[in-house]
Amino acid sequence: MSNGSHEGMQARLEQLAEALASSFSESGCTLEQTCGEVTLVVPREHLMTVALRLRDDEQFSFEELIDVCGVDYADYGNSEWQTDTAPDTGFGRGVESMVPMEADEENRFAAVYHLLSIRHNVRLRLRVFVDTTAPIVASVVPVWESANWFEREAFDLYGIMFGGHPDLRRILTDYGFIGHPFRKDFPLIGQVEMRYDPQLARVVYEPVSIDPRTLVPRVIREDNRYLGEDSETQDAGDA
Amino acid sequence: MPEIRNYTMNFGPQHPAAHGVLRLVLEMDGEVIERADPHIGLLHRATEKLAESKPYNQSIPYMDRLDYVSMMCNEHGYVLAIEKLLGIEAPIRAQYIRTMFDEITRILNHLMWIGTHALDIGAMAVFLYAFREREDLLDCYEAVSGARMHAAYYRPGGVYRDLPEQMPQYQASQWVTGRDVEVRNEARQGSLLDFIEDFTNRFPTLVDEYETLLTDNRIWKQRTVGIGVVSPERAMQLGFTGPMLRGSGIAWDLRKKQSYAAYDKVEFDIPVGVNGDCYDRYLVRIEEFRQSNRIIKQCIDWLRNNPGPVVLDDYKVAVPSRGDMKDDMESLIHHFKLFTEGYCPPKGEAYAAVEAPKGEFGCYIISDGANKPYRLKIRAPGFAHLAAMDEMVKGHMLADVVAVIGTMDVVFGEIDR
Repeated sequence: MSNGSHEGMQARLEQLAEALASSFSESGCTLEQTCGEVTLVVPREHLMTVALRLRDDEQFSFEELIDVCGVDYADYGNSEWQTDTAPDTGFGRGVESMVPMEADEENRFAAVYHLLSIRHNVRLRLRVFVDTTAPIVASVVPVWESANWFEREAFDLYGIMFGGHPDLRRILTDYGFIGHPFRKDFPLIGQVEMRYDPQLARVVYEPVSIDPRTLVPRVIREDNRYLGEDSETQDAGDA
Repeated sequence: MPEIRNYTMNFGPQHPAAHGVLRLVLEMDGEVIERADPHIGLLHRATEKLAESKPYNQSIPYMDRLDYVSMMCNEHGYVLAIEKLLGIEAPIRAQYIRTMFDEITRILNHLMWIGTHALDIGAMAVFLYAFREREDLLDCYEAVSGARMHAAYYRPGGVYRDLPEQMPQYQASQWVTGRDVEVRNEARQGSLLDFIEDFTNRFPTLVDEYETLLTDNRIWKQRTVGIGVVSPERAMQLGFTGPMLRGSGIAWDLRKKQSYAAYDKVEFDIPVGVNGDCYDRYLVRIEEFRQSNRIIKQCIDWLRNNPGPVVLDDYKVAVPSRGDMKDDMESLIHHFKLFTEGYCPPKGEAYAAVEAPKGEFGCYIISDGANKPYRLKIRAPGFAHLAAMDEMVKGHMLADVVAVIGTMDVVFGEIDR
């Protein structure tokens, strides 16, 4: 897409980054630029003021909140395939079903907001880190109403609480579901399975009877093409 | 006079007008809706979590199963996000093929929408006509990918293969014989492009047919005009995108504003509504039929005259050709690595959005340098639209709820994910 509109977009993003840096660096926000996108990392306590300013200030006017999602960074950068011993069978080698959680308590969870300015035709991403002990962040529903369901979803899947949310219920999981399924310490196969019990004449929940299985191990390769930007890439096991 | 009480009503999840598995809890005052509380998640399959456990390419077929009436547009959003992470771009012919199939998908989706929307409000015939045309377009899907719905045709770096030179034809069978087979195969004598061109020539007349049935229909207007009105300010506040936003009069279309694929090289217009009611959104989508048809025509012309590669010649991402694999060791190794382990994008994050038929479909991928996405978030347009259900139906009659569900064009594959 090396056309005019693409370059125009780059110019607008540069302009936005400058405006963001001058307006929000005092409140402790930091700016990241990757893949032609701008990310503003906002300290938790300043989220509301930053959000309001982003919506109402003429130079930003982000009228639309496109998306809110939770992220669990507990497993970030862990390669499943790091071992010195050779296996007897298949992928049993080095693949551990559950990665030990040496989670960074302060920054384990994050809420990520995607904003869109229709007037200026730019996008912006906000990231707010939330700590594990009390994963609470202010709800942006008063600023953008579309946040309502997106925040319910982040609460349901990650257990991030949104203070001041009008109706913070589970949304995607089953009625009476226990746990937050998208956390990295929640197994992919789940905790319980459900079947119809003819004796009891009702549906019963039981612990899962299947074993987790890794078909393709998670591998982080040291790639010379990407080493320039970030040389702390981990060693991958031999293949 | 008996006393009229407020009561709560369950709508769905097995109601035919609930478009799948929507459960609506309606608090009603007589026949007027006081509050609507949609319960979703009955089709939740944790697509995003599943994607975290698979190499990037293996999640492409999951995208088809999100919004299962606009399959290739979902793939497009996902593939674009991967391409952004990898810093690659598909060859120009692949860009045109994607543009053409995105528009075919848009027509497919809108045909489904017009059929079910009209059926819900009581116009039976439109459904039958719409499915007649869907048949032809699904044949295009089949010709190019081998699957009629869940195509998995787009790949990072291009598309799976070039358009076929010969459109598959009907064979005589126990049920269809002789003259009938010939009639069915009339448009299928040439290539896929010939078949699509024949369709684009027929299609505007067919849209006129739907319009004859609906646009000036008294009942249709009574059921849609002034129903579910959303002002432009509210539409933005509620996170609307696509025809829902354009129906409220905001000329916002990612294909024009944040152009991707070959959309900046084709001509088309963005229709907008005036009143922001169900009828305006209907008119917007009808016009999108015609505009999509126009885009497809331009793509056919271009694709006819510009042969070329349809996938990047980069074995780190795209599969080598089968011929190469037979006598080139490097190709064989690359093939093996791609299918066992996949590729590792650099650390980082990317959000890519496409103008899917229902609105903005976006994929947000966080990569920690592994061969699987660290986090994939799918931004489905229908999710934000359905969240506005309460506001849109408040004060309307029960029957209007059905009209509003229809105008939102909800599909639970994408909302529940």
